[in-house]
Amino acid sequence: MRTAAFVLVALGLAVLLVPPIFQLDQQLVDLRAAGLPPSPAHPLGTDEVGRDVLLRCVYGLRVSFLVGLVAALVSMVIGGTLGLAAGSAGGLVDRLLMRVVDGFSSLPHLLLGIFIVAMFAPSPVAVVVSVGITHWTSAARIVRSEVLSLRGRPFVEAAISGGASRSRVIYRHLLPHLVPHLLLAMVLMVPHAIWHETALSFLGLGLPPHLASLGNMINDGQRSLLAGNWWSSLAPGLFILAPTLAVSVLSQRWRDRLNPRMRSELAL
Amino acid sequence: MLRAHDITAGYGRRPVLSGVSLEVPPGRTVGLGGPSGCGKSTLARVLSLMMRPTSGEVSIDGAVVSRWRQRAPRSLRTSVALLYQQPRTAVDPRMTLREIIAEPPAAAGRRSPSLVASLAGEVGLTGDLLTRRPHEVSDGQLQRACLARALTLEPRYLICDEMTTMLDASTQAHLVAVVLAYQARTGAGVLAISHDRVLLDRWADSTIAWTAQPTV
Repeated sequence: MRTAAFVLVALGLAVLLVPPIFQLDQQLVDLRAAGLPPSPAHPLGTDEVGRDVLLRCVYGLRVSFLVGLVAALVSMVIGGTLGLAAGSAGGLVDRLLMRVVDGFSSLPHLLLGIFIVAMFAPSPVAVVVSVGITHWTSAARIVRSEVLSLRGRPFVEAAISGGASRSRVIYRHLLPHLVPHLLLAMVLMVPHAIWHETALSFLGLGLPPHLASLGNMINDGQRSLLAGNWWSSLAPGLFILAPTLAVSVLSQRWRDRLNPRMRSELAL
Repeated sequence: MLRAHDITAGYGRRPVLSGVSLEVPPGRTVGLGGPSGCGKSTLARVLSLMMRPTSGEVSIDGAVVSRWRQRAPRSLRTSVALLYQQPRTAVDPRMTLREIIAEPPAAAGRRSPSLVASLAGEVGLTGDLLTRRPHEVSDGQLQRACLARALTLEPRYLICDEMTTMLDASTQAHLVAVVLAYQARTGAGVLAISHDRVLLDRWADSTIAWTAQPTV
């Protein structure tokens, strides 16, 4: 738990502080330093064109975090809105919207994402749109089920009986209870979105090749793997794995706290 | 008159109420007693328009109810107030007692701090309690807030579903006195649901006793 928080804070500080301190010209190559193994001057070595792997990993993680956060936010807004509409309207609207959710869920996300990014030039915006549009279904399901559970609770019925309009019930009585669940779903979505962004970049469909991105770096690194240059693939891989595991551990704890039964056990 | 005629209602395929009829005249208190699980609370939900019966008719002062919950006209919804057995589930845990009492007038666009203060005083809630949240007060104090909330819009009918079951004798007596005073002032009809026969005998003008299978 503490290790996970430390890793996440350290990575967060790194992506915030390193780029302003160590300005990196992402297109600058230094062939004299190509393929250097890890050393004090280059703690994670250099890639096949002489760029510092550690510095590029931090830059790549910054892009991944940003793309992951915005994509998760987009998917939460789309899924949250549709889940709220389905759960609070009920009946035919609910059934129709949930069939749309089922339809989207049945499509392979990566394939659909590839189709979407193929329509645009490689850019962070294209990746955000691709991840956002393909990952909203889980948020829709979470929000809908929570709304269905809340609507039958006496305090919501008391609000309806007290004359609250549909919008007032949603904004004053449902949404505040949904926000922690949505935030948790969003936090869990961030590493997933990072993986999706990395996969698209690895396939050459994500961010432009000159931009430091973890997916681009793994793709570049695999070419020099046979030459014994293991660090330029392994390092970006670890930079994906570390925040994913840290978020997973922290969100598990958060989920336990949201569960009243677990919360009482944690308090003991 | 709040009238339920030939009501059948239940959850899923299992009917809890079957062919039940009941009338609550204005200004009168009708007691409804019966063992747990006989459908008293289900009838309370039907009469407060929170649950659509599978068959039968509910009318409020002659207006037949055709739509339920949020779809029911606001004027019909607010003419019947329901007091729940467990006040802790009947309030939003994020709100203070003052916000809980002020919610129905605020929903109607009529913010009235003086009304909230006067009702809070009537039910015996002091000013410092109004700033607290539900987890910071007792069940009795919370039920007082729920009663104040129910009275803010001056409903024509009040359904007290085991309102006093979880409370001590003095709080019970106080809440019943507040309901009786409100009834005397406004001429509202009251349906008092309880399995406490002694309480109903003292409180209600007439009492209906249900068995496990309601056949009223």
